[in-house]
Amino acid sequence: MDTYILQAFNGLSVSSIFMLAALGLAITFGLMKVINMAHGEFIMIGAYAAYLVQKIFANYLPAGLFDVYFIFAIPAAFLLAGAMGYLLERTVIRHLYGRPLDSILATWGVSLVLQQLARSIFGAPNVDVRAPGFLSGSLVLAGLSFPYKRLFILLLVTACFAAVYGLLYRSRYGRKIRAVMQNRAMAASLGLNTRRIDAYTFAFGSGMAGIAGAALSLLGSIGPTLGTNYIVDTFMVVVLGGVGTLAGTIAGGFIIGMGNTSFEFLTDASLGKVIVFTLVILFLQWRPTGLFSVKSRALDED
Amino acid sequence: MLEVKDLCAYYGESIILKNVNLQVPDGRVVCLIGRNGVGKTTLLKSIMGLVKTPCGSIRLQGQELMGRPTYWRAQQGIGYVPQGRDIFPQMTIGENLELGLEMNGGQGAVDAKVFELFPVLATMLTRKGGDLSGGQQQQLAIARALVGHPKLLLLDEPTEGIQPSIIQDIGRVIKQLKTAGYTIFIVEQYLEFVLDVADDYYVMEKGEIIESGETAAMEMKEIQARIAI
Repeated sequence: MDTYILQAFNGLSVSSIFMLAALGLAITFGLMKVINMAHGEFIMIGAYAAYLVQKIFANYLPAGLFDVYFIFAIPAAFLLAGAMGYLLERTVIRHLYGRPLDSILATWGVSLVLQQLARSIFGAPNVDVRAPGFLSGSLVLAGLSFPYKRLFILLLVTACFAAVYGLLYRSRYGRKIRAVMQNRAMAASLGLNTRRIDAYTFAFGSGMAGIAGAALSLLGSIGPTLGTNYIVDTFMVVVLGGVGTLAGTIAGGFIIGMGNTSFEFLTDASLGKVIVFTLVILFLQWRPTGLFSVKSRALDED
Repeated sequence: MLEVKDLCAYYGESIILKNVNLQVPDGRVVCLIGRNGVGKTTLLKSIMGLVKTPCGSIRLQGQELMGRPTYWRAQQGIGYVPQGRDIFPQMTIGENLELGLEMNGGQGAVDAKVFELFPVLATMLTRKGGDLSGGQQQQLAIARALVGHPKLLLLDEPTEGIQPSIIQDIGRVIKQLKTAGYTIFIVEQYLEFVLDVADDYYVMEKGEIIESGETAAMEMKEIQARIAI
C-alpha cells in the first residue's frame, strides 16, 4: 500500500513539474499559437537565474540570509526569462505570426544560440543549485516521507495557475489579451494596441517558463540543455489538454505525469514513456482537439 | 464628419477601390449600396486601416487617418460593426461589451442606455457570445460599438442573414441613434431598409461610386436594377 501512495505522490510531483513547464507554453502556444521551440531555453534561463541569485547571496550577503535566496530567485527567473521573451518577440516572432513553419525553424535556431550562450557564460558542465535549508528534509506522515522540495513545487504550481487564471479571466488586461488572441483585427478595431499586447503576453508566457526553471533547479543540477528535456513533454501536455485552455493544461500535465510514473513503475523507464506517448497519439487520433476543446456557434461557422 | 478622397485599395494585383470620393456629414445616416463583391466592405476596412490603401485620403473631423494604425483610428471615435459581426465567441456578453470601452482607454462602465436600445442583452450578460443567435450577435456587435460613444458608427450589412423582426429592431435603433445625433455610415443591400433609415446614399459598382444623392429622391427602380444580381 505504502508503495502505491508513494508512487502516486511521485506521479503528482512529476505532473506538477510538467504543468509548470507547460503553463508558459499554454500562453505562448495555446493562446498565441506561436510554436516556440526555444521555450525550453526560457526554462533553462530561469534555472540559471536561480543559480545567479544563489551565487550573489552566497558571495556577497551574510550567510544567515542564504536561505531566503529562493524567494528572490523566483521573481528574478520570471523577469530574466520574461525580458528575453520580450526581446525574442520584438526581434523575431513579431515577423512570423501566421507562419508556423518559419517560426519553428527560427525559434529552433534561437534555442541553439541560447544554449551556446549559456555554455559560453556558465561553462558546459552542469552546475548545482543548493536548495535553501527550509526545503531540505521531508514531511513524515504515517511512516511515509514526502520531500519538502516537491511539496513546495506543488504549492508553487497552484499559485502560478491561480495567478495566470486571475490575470487572464479576472482582470481587464486579461480580457484584452483574450480579445487579441481570439480576433486580432476586431480587437484592433475596438482600439486595442495589438502589437504591444502580443509582446507583453509573449514575455509573460516566457516568464512563467522561467519560474519553472527556478523550480527545476531545486530538483537536480542544471545545464545548458536543461530545457530540451522538457520541450517535447510540454508541447504534448498542451496539445493533449486542448490548445487554449488552462484546465486542459492541468489535465494534460496530470495525465502525462501520472502516466509516465505508473508505466515506468509497471515496466521500465523507456518502455513507460513509449506506452504513454502511444496512448496520447491514439487519443489524439480519436479527439484531435484534445481533452478540453473550445466549442461555440461562431467558431463552428468558420 | 468623414471625408474620403480619391481612395484606392488593392488585394495583390487586383484593384478593389478606384478613386472613391464620399462624405458622411455630421448627424446624418449615409448608406452605401451595391452588388456583392464591388468593394463595399473593403471601403469600410480601408477606413479602419484593415487593408492597405496606397493612395487617397480619409479624414475624420479634418484629421488624416491614412498611415495610422487601426487601434489609433478606433480611439479617435470610430465604432465599427463588421460584416459577420465578429463578436468574441468565447467571452461573455458582459465582457464583449466592456471591450467596447477600450476605444476610450477602457475607462468607465457600460452605459445602461445600451440596454434600453437592446433589452435582450441585459438578460444574458453572463452567457458566452458564441451561444447567441445570429440576430442577437448582431445586436451585441452594435451595442459593443456604441459603448464607447463613437463619433462615427460604421455598420457593414447589419441585416445580412437576420430574421425580419430583428431587422426591424435594428432599423428602430438606427433611427433612435440618429435622433440622438449620431453620425452613421452603413453598407447595405437591402433597399427597403436603406429607404427606411438613410438620409443619403451612394451606389458603388466595380470599386467606383457611380451615383449618389438623398434617399428621398432616390429612383427606386433604377437603383434596384443596378444592385440586382
